[in-house]
Amino acid sequence: MKIHKYDTVIVGAGGAGMRAAIEATKRSRTAVLTKLYPTRSHTGAAQGGMAAALANVEEDNWEWHTFDTVKGGDYLVDQDAAEILAKEAIDAVLDLEKMGLPFNRTPDGTIDQRRFGGHSRNHGEAPVRRSCYAADRTGHMILQTLYQNCVKEGVEFFNEFYVLDQLITEVDGVKHSAGVVAYELATGEIHVFQAKAVIYASGGTGKFFKVTSNAHTLTGDGQAACYRRGLPLEDMEFFQFHPTGIWRMGILLTEGARGEGGILRNKDGERFMEKYAPVMKDLASRDVVSRSIYTEIREGRGCGPEGDHVYLDLTHLPPEQLDAKLPDITEFARTYLGIEPYTDPIPIQPTAHYAMGGIPTNVEGEVLADNTTVVPGLYAAGEVACVSVHGANRLGTNSLLDINVFGKRSGIAAARYAAENDFVELPEDPAAFVQEQVERLRNSTGSERVADLRAELQETMDANVMVFRTEQTIKTAVEKIAELRERYKNVAIQDKGKRFNTDLLEAIELGNLLDLAEVMAVSALARKESRGGHYREDYPNRDDVNFMRHTMAYREVGADGSDSVRLDYKPVVTTRYQPMERKY
Amino acid sequence: MATPTLEKVEAESAASPYITVTFRIRRFNPEVSDTAEWQDFQIEIDPKERVLDGLHKIKWDLDGTLTFRRSCAHGICGSDAMRINGKNRLACKTLIKDINPEKPITIEAIKGLTVMKDLVVDMEPFFQAYRDVMPFLVTKGNEPTRERRQSPEDRERFDDTTKCILCAACTSSCPVFWNDGQYFGPAAIVNAHRFIFDSRDEAGEQRLEILNDKDGVWRCRTTFNCTDACPRGIEVTKAIQEVKRALITRRF
Ligand SMILES: Cc1cc2nc3c(=O)[nH]c(=O)nc-3n(C[C@H](O)[C@H](O)[C@H](O)COP(=O)(O)OP(=O)(O)OC[C@H]3O[C@@H](n4cnc5c(N)ncnc54)[C@H](O)[C@@H]3O)c2cc1C
Ligand code: SF4
Ligand code: FES
Repeated sequence: MKIHKYDTVIVGAGGAGMRAAIEATKRSRTAVLTKLYPTRSHTGAAQGGMAAALANVEEDNWEWHTFDTVKGGDYLVDQDAAEILAKEAIDAVLDLEKMGLPFNRTPDGTIDQRRFGGHSRNHGEAPVRRSCYAADRTGHMILQTLYQNCVKEGVEFFNEFYVLDQLITEVDGVKHSAGVVAYELATGEIHVFQAKAVIYASGGTGKFFKVTSNAHTLTGDGQAACYRRGLPLEDMEFFQFHPTGIWRMGILLTEGARGEGGILRNKDGERFMEKYAPVMKDLASRDVVSRSIYTEIREGRGCGPEGDHVYLDLTHLPPEQLDAKLPDITEFARTYLGIEPYTDPIPIQPTAHYAMGGIPTNVEGEVLADNTTVVPGLYAAGEVACVSVHGANRLGTNSLLDINVFGKRSGIAAARYAAENDFVELPEDPAAFVQEQVERLRNSTGSERVADLRAELQETMDANVMVFRTEQTIKTAVEKIAELRERYKNVAIQDKGKRFNTDLLEAIELGNLLDLAEVMAVSALARKESRGGHYREDYPNRDDVNFMRHTMAYREVGADGSDSVRLDYKPVVTTRYQPMERKY
Repeated sequence: MATPTLEKVEAESAASPYITVTFRIRRFNPEVSDTAEWQDFQIEIDPKERVLDGLHKIKWDLDGTLTFRRSCAHGICGSDAMRINGKNRLACKTLIKDINPEKPITIEAIKGLTVMKDLVVDMEPFFQAYRDVMPFLVTKGNEPTRERRQSPEDRERFDDTTKCILCAACTSSCPVFWNDGQYFGPAAIVNAHRFIFDSRDEAGEQRLEILNDKDGVWRCRTTFNCTDACPRGIEVTKAIQEVKRALITRRF
């Protein structure tokens, strides 16, 4: 075991982590621990764009953007945070441009903007062009640009280091962050990083679903590490299902495709979104479109022999436009489906895409231990966090924005905290939990296999807690997850070595997914209403009287060592917008 | 507009298309043995699936010790460049049907970088060469308050080389790099190109000086292996040629 000491440790090198690192490195001795090489992070997969009311191509302002964000989130958004997001969006985009990001340009050389779902002029009047983009590779360009600037700033990376535990030390009865414990992939060595400030920027947790746009590595490690140490997770029942994933594979086809004029059609060729969202049509918010697609499928208007998908039709768009604006996604259709999007519609289905919930933070990125108390020295930003700017449903292009705005804020806040405070003592035997976990898996002679448990988890999540949920389906999922968590205790791996043991890490990642799946399902069961991404067929309406509040889930450990999820609630911050019915 | 139809996909998905394929994989684990050897695995798989899906089948069902890197599974993160039937490709962007599955499919680590275990190589020298070309925008003078202006044409000038995902497929397919790891390699030059031809950048001269080095662009023998290997369709050789030309004329 090795011990390292840094002022600031950042967990994750996606957009949020690197944006934080650029700030923190200038101000404090910073280390970035990342399980992937930075440029492998899933931010690079983001396609469509990043929202900011630059008003480069038409009238726009940040107040409209704030409203859209709040409405898109079905009023579960903390409005003070949404206002910061929309206001700081403008500088966030300009910062990236100055760092070198090659945005698409207007004829007069400014940053070009395009339409995206849920973004509107003057509180829902008509779609507005607010998304700043670089073809359909915006996330790739953000990730590359941030990495380039990390190289420029000399950011110190520990690549292929997996953070597996959060260290907490109580000082005068208050939980403080003391550091993290990481596992080095190349050697199998365990490292303790003592740090004054820790920032989680470890991304999402989509891999508990089967059909997902998320990478294999998005397994919620950061959320799980904090949850296991008694910290809450907020709004985990809210997961976004993006309407247009490649049929069966889940690979994302950006909403930008509809922003450019793409149309969803059922097996009769009908533009069905006109029925469900007369104004915004194909560009209504994602939860609305995903439900509409499944309604079409259920009512027998789905395409294909099994009627299990619909089409994204781009055939009426000029090939030059597709080449210029959507080169990557048209190539995905060619590579993975053998389809030519110039002439053939693309089969799609909703795909599990984005975790609205996560580690609760305030607007400085400080992590909360309950509804109000901050954990000194602990920060989170990006998809792992819940500020909450996305509420019950994130608008497209607001996440690339979120990672930049709150990545920057948390980087600055953490470095400031590190400058003003001393190290807290490490807990006794800090690596014990990880050592025990690793040894147990290496030495296990159990009969369960990681791949089987993971497949069963993904099946049950897709079947029971996806776009449509009921008490019955969620209960089925809760029971199945409990069974899988029990069987997980008996899981064994084949690779017993130290060197690049990905077999071992996949087992650990599965453990994280199982813990988080339980939190999600239990949170969803208790929310007896429909709001944003959480749709209960048995409670189809939003219920502001009982559920206009954030879920806070805590891990409870019983006297016998068994654990369960305890739910609590936190009020929503409402400033200027009173809840209204959401129509598009 | 024609009524959407999808006969091709529908026809193909009607029958169960599983076939038996042999993956012949170059295994190496210094914890176990000093020498590398080929190992055959037989799997049942739909030929429309990716080579990466096949590797997962082996790892998840047959042999958990098989080791490779991967993340996004759709050609965007650059983790899984490997030599498949002798050519550098991304396992997640290569469909089994496209690489003659009647014969054993050979899979080995990319060449020119030290193999750490099975298909995993040491990427550090590769990233070091990248970092050495100053891969970031350099500007002088005061920052403007708004964005820097750039015409769509100027933006288009370096579009091709912005697509790089740093997968190393090009560099590790280059015979010059195999013989001498000191050569910067195509990927680093591609990333220098991305800035040299960006109208906003003011450090082109410095980067060109770096690439004028004995281990720089002049080592390129124009074998086009890199262009063939690039999963992003970047015209790598052309980019290298453009850098060479810029060095000769020093005008940009
Ligand atoms: C296909 C796709 C398209 C999208 N398109 C858009 C879009 O157009 N606009 C938009 O606004 N949003 C989009 N999103 C959402 C957005 O891209 C993501 O939410 C966002 O990029 C997440 O960034 P992040 O920095 O939080 O996490 P990531 O980029 O996922 O980075 C996570 C980092 O954490 C590290 N990590 C994880 N676990 C550990 C661990 N245990 N130890 C150490 N390190 C760890 C990883 O190595 C990685 O570096 C899209 C998402 C997907 C999947
Ligand atoms: S130029 Fe192409 S092959 Fe080379 S590293 Fe970049 S993406 Fe990979
Ligand atoms: S797994 Fe990301 S490029 Fe292949």
